[in-house]
This record gives sequence, C-alpha cells and structure tokens, in this order.
Amino acid sequence: MSFERFLGKKYPETWEDLPLAGVVPWPGNTEEVDTSAWRTFKPVINQDKCIRCRLCWVYCPDGAILEVDEEYTNSKGRKFKITFKVDYVHCKGCGICAYECPVKAIDMVPEER
Amino acid sequence: MAAVELKEKQEAKARQSRRIAAKGNHAAALAARDVDVDVAAIYPITPQVQIAEKIAELVANGELDAEVIHVESEHSAMSAVIAAAATGARVFTATSSQGLELMHEMLYIASGLRQPVVMALATRALSAPINIWNDYSDAMSMRDTGWIIIFSENVQEVYDNLIQAYYIAEHPDVLLPTVVTLDGYILSHTVEPLELIPRDEVLSYAVKRPRGYRPVLDPDKPMTFGPVGAPNWYYEIKIQQIMAMREAPRVIEEAAREFEKRFGRRYGFIEEYMMDDAEVAIVSLGATASLVKAAVNRLREEGVKAGMVKIRVYRPFPAEQIAKALENVAAVGVLDRAVAFGGPLEGPLFLDIASTLAVRGMVKPMASFIHGLGGRDIFVKEVVEMFKKLQELARSGRSETRTLFYGVKSRTKLN
Ligand code: SF4
Ligand code: SF4
Repeated sequence: MSFERFLGKKYPETWEDLPLAGVVPWPGNTEEVDTSAWRTFKPVINQDKCIRCRLCWVYCPDGAILEVDEEYTNSKGRKFKITFKVDYVHCKGCGICAYECPVKAIDMVPEER
Repeated sequence: MAAVELKEKQEAKARQSRRIAAKGNHAAALAARDVDVDVAAIYPITPQVQIAEKIAELVANGELDAEVIHVESEHSAMSAVIAAAATGARVFTATSSQGLELMHEMLYIASGLRQPVVMALATRALSAPINIWNDYSDAMSMRDTGWIIIFSENVQEVYDNLIQAYYIAEHPDVLLPTVVTLDGYILSHTVEPLELIPRDEVLSYAVKRPRGYRPVLDPDKPMTFGPVGAPNWYYEIKIQQIMAMREAPRVIEEAAREFEKRFGRRYGFIEEYMMDDAEVAIVSLGATASLVKAAVNRLREEGVKAGMVKIRVYRPFPAEQIAKALENVAAVGVLDRAVAFGGPLEGPLFLDIASTLAVRGMVKPMASFIHGLGGRDIFVKEVVEMFKKLQELARSGRSETRTLFYGVKSRTKLN
C-alpha cells in the first residue's frame, strides 16, 4: 500500500483510492471545493444601483466576488468599465457583502433549489 | 569441526562482551540510540524520567546524533514527535500514567495521521489517588487509540521490542504508531542483564527508509496534512486505519522472524508456558507473566497441570493464537492489573479473552481476576490460589460471572 498507489487518481471513489490518512497531495485544492450547498440566502447584485466601489470584493471572506471587464451603463447614463459579479460556486451566503455595500446594491434572496 | 567450535566460541565471547547490566529505562534509551532516532521529545514523568535523562546524556556526549526537543508537557512531546515524523524523521518519545493521559488527544492524531511514532511506556497506575507504582491502567487507556501495543516481560524484551517497533511502525503496509511497555519500577528501575546489538546490525534490520516512501512534508511537493474529514470521507479514513491494523500482524510476524534470524531471540504474539498438556491456564501481560510462570512451576511440582499464556502483542489482538492456545484447557483465568470500571466484568484483558473465545463458540469456565493495582504486591501463593479456583470452576463447569478481587483488605465479601 505504498503512497504512489494513491496518486494515480485525483479524486478517490472508495477508501482504497484515498490518499493515506486523507492527506491532500496537491496544492491549491480548496479552489475546487464547491461551497454553494452551505447557502440559504444568496447575494444578488443590483447592477443599476452599484457604484463600483469594490468594497464587496474587499470584504468577501471567500473571494467570491468577481471583478469582470464588462462595460455597463446604468439608468442615469453613467458608464462603468467594470462589473462585479458573484461566483456562486464559492459564495457561502454569509451576507457580508450585502452588509458592507454602501449603497445597498446587494440583496440577500432566499436560495431556491 | 574444530573450526566450527572455535567460531561458536568466538561468537559466544562476542555476545558476552555485548552483555551489560541495565535498567529497563536505560534499555529503552539505548534502543533509541541503536535505531539512531533523529528526534526525541520526552517530558520526564515518574517512573520514566531516566529515559529522558539518558537520551539527553547520549546526545550530549555524542553517542546519538538527534534533536532533543525540550517540551513543557506530554501533550507537546507527542505533538512534537508527530510533527517531526511528518517530515520523515525517525522519532522517539516516552511517557507514563498521567503523562499518557495528557497525550491522549494526540494519540489519536498520531494514528489518524498514520505517523510511525514509537514510544516507550513505563506502565503506572492512574490518579486519583496519586500513585506512582506499577499497574496497566495507563496502557489499557490507550488500547482503542489505533496504536500497536507491545508488552515486555523483562529488560531484554524492552530493548528488543523497541527495535522491532521501528521495523513495524515504519513499514509501508502498517504506518501506525507503536508503543512498547515496561512495567514501572519492576522493569524501569530493575537492573537485569541486557545483550546489546551493534548499531550497524540494528540499522540493517530496522532500516531507515529514504524520504518519500510515505507522505511527508516536503517544500517541493506541497500537501495538506490533517484536513477536515467531513462525513463524506471520515469513515473511509478510519477504514484505512482498521485495514492497516489487520495488515499489521503479518508485518509483526515478519519483524519477529527476521529478528530471530539475525539476533537469535524469538518473539511471538503470545508466549505459551507449559500449555501442551495444561488443564487450567491463566492469561496475563508484561512482567506479571513471570509471576504466573512461577506459580505454574509450583503447581507442576504438586502435579497440577497448570499453564500460562502471556500476551506480547496486545493490539492488534492476537485472537487466533489465543484461541488456539486455550483450545484444550478446561478453565481459563485472566489476571488483570487494570480496571474496566462498570464493565460486564471489570478486567479489561478478560473482556478481550472472553469475546475471543465466545465468537468462536468456545464455551468454557472462565474467571476474571484482578490484583496488583497501584503496585500492590502479588505473591506466587495468591496466583496459586487463582489456579485452584480455576480447578474448582473446571469441576463445576461454571464461569465466574463477577470479577474476583485478590489481595484486597476487605471485611465484606466482594464477589
Ligand atoms: S455572501 Fe458572503 S461569501 Fe457570498 S459573496 Fe457575499 S461576502 Fe462573499
Ligand atoms: S459594495 Fe456594493 S456598490 Fe460597491 S462594488 Fe460591491 S455591489 Fe457595488
């Protein structure tokens, strides 16, 4: 039962494939973890209200706010070069972004599956 | 022929020159020296203190090139050797009684992380009340922690068992922490002859494996140790441990066979004494077994067919061997020096033996004896009494449904 045996397969299916003692033998693996199942409320950004202050991006503890190069013109005719979006695979629904948003552009809406 | 004789003579002389007088504690430290441990972290606790002292001395005078970590508690000692083992180092620690209890949380971490930590345990009673003398309460408290547990009967066994412990613990098919016991004071502080094995021979037996044969912390190959094991994988990781425990007997046997081939001393999972024609037998552990042997000798003189089974490897439990050894006896007694409070019977070893026989349909009169708690002296005549009790049970065909306590100052009937 040498260690090499466990490295052949990236994702184990049974205990036999599992790396010894459950060590994770490749770095950066948390990126692959889907934490969306933890959510009961999900943040929804109102792009029209958003002033692109980036505070949600700063405060999100999971890096789940994405800054995207996408132009946007709001209803008052103001033009932005970037857009903030939510990465729903990693967002855990803590609501910190909604709390910190200075213009209340983020709504926490119940998760419906 | 003469050449052979001469060679034998020379060999005998060489062996003689390796014979020293040593306490159990020093034997343990010398074993750690001879397997060339890289890291030792030991918090001194009675009656194990001399192990910590001796290791420090060996390192200070250059006999052992190891890192000694001065820790502030046993919890830290165990943590330190687990971490050191995780980098691929060969590690050693030692403890006793309350110290083992303070390590308790880390005992599970060592086995769960599959780190081949090797430890010497000078067995001692648990508080309260404070008691520094020998019994097996501490060893029994770690029986379900996923460690391999090996009991020693004399000073030589302490040394030999520890060397084998490295062979076993570090084997790629096992990778489980291993503890070797030495009865507090009875072995830890008693001077007996000890035959040392030259270090190069020890190292060619318990080979230091190159880095990377098992997962280790390595800056070039980053990996995470001890991540969260959520319900979706925790169970499977425990199954891995269980399977390693089931694999261990094969390696333990291999270790003993190889040890005998090289150094001439033979070790089994159990030791049978006068069991060939025994009608009544007592099972026991550690140095207590010597006492039972003495009782067997006395009874044999009287014509009583008594026998003894000593358990050397306590975890994984050698159930098959024990069942086979006890197959033909008419009654079985188990002498425990520890208590399983509130158990169906109070002897922890008894519970193991009883279930071993029960699941194999071996129904025979049994008795659980407890004696020697907290260093209470056990006398041969008391063990003889136990054997007499077993003869009675063999005649009546009935088991004792309650534990029998020997050597207690008592006004009322305890059983
Ligand atoms: S709800 Fe929490 S996790 Fe999700 S985007 Fe907002 S701050 Fe990040
Ligand atoms: S905190 Fe609010 S306003 Fe600022 S970027 Fe995020 S959503 Fe837009």
